[in-house]
Amino acid sequence: MASGAIATESRATDGLSGASIIGEIKASRIDFVISVPDITTSEGLLRPLAAMQTPRLIRICKEDEGIGICAGLAHAGRRGLLLIQQTGLLDSINAVRGVAVEYSLPICMMVGLLEKEPGVPPRQSRRYGVRIVEPILEAMGVAYHEIEEEADVAKIRPAIDDAYARQHPVVLLIGRRPS
Amino acid sequence: MMRRDLCLRVIARQITDADIVVPVYSTAFDWLDIRPHPLNHLAHGAMGLASSHALGLALGRPDRRVIVLDGDGSLLMNLGTLVTAAEAAPRNFYHFVCENGTYEANGGHPIPGRGTVSFAGFARAAGYRNVHEFSELAIFEQQIGAILAEPGPAFVDLKVEPAGPQERDYSRLHGPQVRQAFRDALANT
Repeated sequence: MASGAIATESRATDGLSGASIIGEIKASRIDFVISVPDITTSEGLLRPLAAMQTPRLIRICKEDEGIGICAGLAHAGRRGLLLIQQTGLLDSINAVRGVAVEYSLPICMMVGLLEKEPGVPPRQSRRYGVRIVEPILEAMGVAYHEIEEEADVAKIRPAIDDAYARQHPVVLLIGRRPS
Repeated sequence: MMRRDLCLRVIARQITDADIVVPVYSTAFDWLDIRPHPLNHLAHGAMGLASSHALGLALGRPDRRVIVLDGDGSLLMNLGTLVTAAEAAPRNFYHFVCENGTYEANGGHPIPGRGTVSFAGFARAAGYRNVHEFSELAIFEQQIGAILAEPGPAFVDLKVEPAGPQERDYSRLHGPQVRQAFRDALANT
């Protein structure tokens, strides 16, 4: 099917607040944010996080490094959140497979969906690189949540707590630029 | 050039029960024979990531020294780790590389740039606080104590010979019981 033929369904949205998401990150007891910059979350999340003492920001060169760093932190009893975009997630699939899934580790990833149309479900995006993300995560058995509207922000803390409680990876897909 | 197993014995004499050691592949099998210990972190999940696991451990447990025993092929697969570790700059992070010029666990093929690239040069340019390289065992043995006594991040390139055949039972590195033993040991100490 040609990408132009894919139906898109707009959902009612009221935007996303970066401050709300950061509040949930802090409430989730995240000690470290590990990040490669992502344009979707650059201004609303990464820039304000970079100005904070806690959680501490660790800037990395490539996303799969972050999978390893989060694993080490988890072993040490500390919580990390990997803040990247979906291109980096796709580049890190072997690390997600080997470290997060096969070792059953609570690797928590917040992933900006580059070029996803606001209000459009990821699977219905016109962008191939967006449409494939959720099916790939399902094939890998990785839990994920869409964070598209302000009401979705409430999913963040339970998702992270569950990842640590039941020792599994989780991906939080940021579907639009937070304010 | 040095023998890797002899270098590892030198390192082992400096390691305390509180230290976390993160060895990779062929080095890990040698290390397990030389110094089995529950605080050996052996399961890295993907080639190249041992130093990243070690960095996470160093950041998460600043009360302990974390010693990563990397391979040259593994480090080439994750060169950005040098920049990341240098910027994060944990004072308890010690990064050793056994440079044998080969992918020893994958058939002994040469690494790209064998004999040309400078791993110490990479680390120095990345911003490691202390960088050393050794090709003579006696000199390494003389200096290792001081290197591990100074604050990290430190980088040590060990010029070693490729080793011979080795029995590689990978369940010894990342079997579920190995991972659980490490987690229990770290949580309880």
